[in-house]
Amino acid sequence: MADTRPRGTPPEASVSEGRAPDTRPGEHGAQVHEVPQTVPEREFTVARRSQTQMVVRRFLAHRLAVASLIVLLLVIVGSLVGGRLWKYGYADITDEFSTPPSWEHPMGTDDIGHDSMARILRGSQKSVQVALLVALLSTTLGAVLGALAGYYRGAVDSVLMRFTDLVLTVPAIAILAVLAATVADRAGNWFFVALVLAALLWTYIARVVRGQFLSLREKEFVEAARALGASDRRIIFRHMLPNATGAIIVNATITVAVAILLEAALSYLGVGIRPPDTSLGLLVQDGQQAATTRPWLFYFPGLIIIIIALTVNFVGDGLRDAFDPTQTRVRA
Amino acid sequence: MASFIVRRLLISIPVVLLSSVLMFLLVANSGDPLAELKSRNPPPPPSVIELREKELNLDKPLPQRYVYWVTHFFRGDMGKSIDGREVRPLLFRRLGVTMRMVTVALVLALVLAIVAGVLSAVRQYTVTDYTFTFAGFLFLSTPVFWLAALLKEYGAIRLNRLFDQQVIYTVGEATPNFEGTFAERIADWAGHLFLPTLALALITFASWSRYQRSTMLDVLSSDYIRLARAKGLSRSRVMIRHALRNALIPLTTVAAIDFAAILGGAVITERVFSWQGLGQLLLDGIRENDVNVVLAWLMVTSILVVVFNLIADVLYGVLDPRIRYG
Repeated sequence: MADTRPRGTPPEASVSEGRAPDTRPGEHGAQVHEVPQTVPEREFTVARRSQTQMVVRRFLAHRLAVASLIVLLLVIVGSLVGGRLWKYGYADITDEFSTPPSWEHPMGTDDIGHDSMARILRGSQKSVQVALLVALLSTTLGAVLGALAGYYRGAVDSVLMRFTDLVLTVPAIAILAVLAATVADRAGNWFFVALVLAALLWTYIARVVRGQFLSLREKEFVEAARALGASDRRIIFRHMLPNATGAIIVNATITVAVAILLEAALSYLGVGIRPPDTSLGLLVQDGQQAATTRPWLFYFPGLIIIIIALTVNFVGDGLRDAFDPTQTRVRA
Repeated sequence: MASFIVRRLLISIPVVLLSSVLMFLLVANSGDPLAELKSRNPPPPPSVIELREKELNLDKPLPQRYVYWVTHFFRGDMGKSIDGREVRPLLFRRLGVTMRMVTVALVLALVLAIVAGVLSAVRQYTVTDYTFTFAGFLFLSTPVFWLAALLKEYGAIRLNRLFDQQVIYTVGEATPNFEGTFAERIADWAGHLFLPTLALALITFASWSRYQRSTMLDVLSSDYIRLARAKGLSRSRVMIRHALRNALIPLTTVAAIDFAAILGGAVITERVFSWQGLGQLLLDGIRENDVNVVLAWLMVTSILVVVFNLIADVLYGVLDPRIRYG
């Protein structure tokens, strides 16, 4: 973005404009005692904000998204470290079988005597680990390949698009199930489940980034950079990629929700994470067997999946609005 | 129009062929179809294994196997499953079962999406809008198997207990060995269809209703709508005759793109309700390394999706004459 800004602005001007963002008059009493107001250089002065500051401010104005972000972070941190802190381990067997939720077991116990809370902490830990790794891998791979395809077009582009065609023409869950079976011995391991999911999900981000790059590469600032002698690598990573950040971040967020749901579905079908380890999808599958007699085993894992996916979607929505305020329409 | 359809069909052929190569590579490397046979105790004589390998073409190099498989597939021969059954009749019977669910769910989801999307656009930023938006996000974030199981265990089973008879069926796609007139058979199907389609439709409509809302908002802020209002047409007439009709068009494309996702959702939903449909076939096939079944499954669904997309493209042109078949 920095390259599109006019270079000619004298430094003094930017200093006079560049007051700290929150020194709005009236907000702080101290302002009144400041240097007596001389004749302003301009009639309207505007505090200059960086692109990031503007995005953050817009996001913070979105109350639902901020609340969701807080809940999401709590759930993620809780699931990653909660298992260590909770008094029961996920494989521990207690003397109480099939007890409903109580102070001793906030989420009840199952028919073997496992503390359900410990199982769910373990399950959500695995699900969250899978989702975060999938988001990281598929975003990196998708952004780089999408950028190359959009910038160079040609052969890279055709190969990429044919591959995404394949992903579009067969139900994702079917390909994932076959893929998971291919790495069957290790597929029970959360790391390999994440690899399998990332092997498919990167295509969605690649498509988005490719689209962005196809339009960016025709922009004047790219032409200008090329005229100044910038290398392809510099143009792609320093000039174009920062302009696609918004789309990439939003899609990375959505990928977390998609990955949580797909991992749960795979484990539910028996081709994802396998016993003795556990994940949220597997817990739902277990709980469903006796949903009428021990409903707590069925409710809680499902609710955790919904809470994670829902908050991620709200955060994603907030980010989308923050990066691209033009989408928020005002009725004419 | 005819030339457009022909051209689109011709473009689809390389897509299907290419995906057949990728799928073959994927499935051929996914495991040994004879693993179960080889691990038997006492071990079968090597001659038996060799014979089976010959039958399944496992003794030939991969490209040759691919050509053999693909030429037979397009002649309608999908080979045999591991236990020696013809794949084609098996697959098509299962397809029929699953398509019942998918078609009804698709229609239901479209109706729900249109109603929810249009209402929340017309009443933008009101309680109605927020309710539908929240419901949309909620269903978007709900795993389909959890919703399906919830409907089954807490809705249907309690309801049946309340009436003390089977009002809604929760297991299977039809009553086994059902005897009765045609009308009774349809009623039996409907009873079995109700819950799975409801679950699938609720999950599917969520993102569509968001899309429908934004297209409707687009249309509502366009000049011709303002003109129609300005020249004195009633609000309801403008909404229905002018706005709604145009706002419905883009949804066809979205529905077509999501068709594969609905099939995937059906695979999972079937599992919850123990349907003997496509989903069961695929999962059994994967578990038993049944290469022919899995390959035929993937190919037939991908052809189905391509055809569905083609229909949507043609439909789009019919609905919106501005689209040129360039």
